[in-house]
Amino acid sequence: MNAVVERFIPMAATKIPSIEVRDVALRYFTPEGETQALDRINLTVGAGEFVSLIGQSGCGKSTLLSLMAGILEPSSGEVFVRGERVKGPSQRVGYMLQQDYLFEWRTILDNAMLGAEIQGRDLKQSRERAAHLLHKCGMGDFLNHYPRQLSGGMRQRVALARTLVTEPEVVLLDEPFSALDSQTRLAIADEVVEVLREEGKSVVLVTHDIAEAIAMTDRVVVLSRRPGRIKSEHRMLFPSCSNGRPSPFEVRSLPEFNTYFSSLWDELDVHVEG
Amino acid sequence: MTLSANVPWAPAAPKRTTLQEPSVEYRAWRAREHRRRYYIMASRLALLGAFMLLWEFLAKSHIVNPMLTSYPSALWPTFVDLLHNGDLVGHTWTTFKATLVGFVLSMLIGIGVAAGLWWSGFAYKVLDPFLVIANAMPKIAFVPIFYIWLGSEYSVYGMAVAIAVFVTIMVIYDGFQSIDPNKIKLARTLGASRGQVLRMVVLPGSVPTLIAALKMNIGLALVGVIVGEFQSASSGLGFLIVNGSQIFKLNVVMTAIVVLALLSGLMYLAIARLEAALSKRYS
Repeated sequence: MNAVVERFIPMAATKIPSIEVRDVALRYFTPEGETQALDRINLTVGAGEFVSLIGQSGCGKSTLLSLMAGILEPSSGEVFVRGERVKGPSQRVGYMLQQDYLFEWRTILDNAMLGAEIQGRDLKQSRERAAHLLHKCGMGDFLNHYPRQLSGGMRQRVALARTLVTEPEVVLLDEPFSALDSQTRLAIADEVVEVLREEGKSVVLVTHDIAEAIAMTDRVVVLSRRPGRIKSEHRMLFPSCSNGRPSPFEVRSLPEFNTYFSSLWDELDVHVEG
Repeated sequence: MTLSANVPWAPAAPKRTTLQEPSVEYRAWRAREHRRRYYIMASRLALLGAFMLLWEFLAKSHIVNPMLTSYPSALWPTFVDLLHNGDLVGHTWTTFKATLVGFVLSMLIGIGVAAGLWWSGFAYKVLDPFLVIANAMPKIAFVPIFYIWLGSEYSVYGMAVAIAVFVTIMVIYDGFQSIDPNKIKLARTLGASRGQVLRMVVLPGSVPTLIAALKMNIGLALVGVIVGEFQSASSGLGFLIVNGSQIFKLNVVMTAIVVLALLSGLMYLAIARLEAALSKRYS
């Protein structure tokens, strides 16, 4: 009966999952000692599904994202992207960082081309795709500008286009809006979700913002404190919204939003220390 | 001449944001700013003039011995004489060329070694104390050895490189290290190899550092060249200075020093120009 359930359950059932994390643990070593960052993590992200990871700072949620991106290796366990074991950075995975990290010496278009250049893709074709994506993100008038001429929100849109130029199947978002002011955050969350849904990507979002997680994703996964373990998973369903999946902005005014918010808040077990 | 960071061609005038007529206050402010710049330039010239006049007066009135100090009005005839009969252009060219060679070599070696150290953290850890000591070492101590090892021409280049190269390596390496690690992480998530990270992130991201190194280098290379020429050369401004002092022609020494000051000023200005052109893109 619900649009959201119908949309991702059949896909997940018929297709290979976009991401599968199997029994992953991660320890790292420093002169001060040994840290168990993640422990016994099992997680599956279906094709086209939007999943968010929330948890307190230091719970290893960004680390888990780095494992999926292939820039860290698990101490034990395995990560699969579209059924293939992750051994290093893969072209199937796009990663959006907390800040835009645009290169100030490149124009907007050239910044969006970075991944295509690194991966040795057809430059002419990629340039067209980059320009198309930048237009779609509302940055069409700024192709030949330099990053310092843009506002924070505009820069993050360019970063999104840069992530999508290389046509990843899975997009990892690591607190992608944390550097933006709150109005810009709300506006850009809508745009980003819209673009990513249109492009048919699977998404894993890491955030410390409960509201953002509820608004943007289909499923919220709560990680416990270090060592990070999966504490619970919550499906975000909005039966009160009749016409399909509401946009992130609309979600915030639905009655379900507050219910999810308070139950996730309890799950997180936040208490200020010191 | 002052070579401050406050270069006159830096875009200082604020952009107008409105199209309406500038207000009276704004025009008054602009006039004040304009006058201020004018006073600064005039004061600089006045300071230089006062120095020359004082020098001339003290030497002419024998308060200081003109044999030891020469005096400004004697420099111009000496300059003209050297130009016609003493191959001043040739000497200046020799010094300029040697400085350029030393400076290009130490930049290339500096970038190469710094890239190697960036590539291998292990190599950096191993070599770090040696670099620090080599940098602290007074390289001038090597002038006689370089002369024996390299001969009269190459010992001058060798000295220029020896003086400039170690600090260049350290400055450039620091620049490479200060690239935001997240920019590197970004390139790695896109699948960049170490070489690609160096070429596409670290090197272009270090352009401001490279320019700073360039500025520092040109002065150091010149020091190396002059010191090298003191020992070994048969031409160059350093040779003129040593030769002039040996035969007690202080006019020649002073003229050579003034030419040297002009030369270093011009080379510095050239780099400042380059910096202004590049900073539009790399800031």
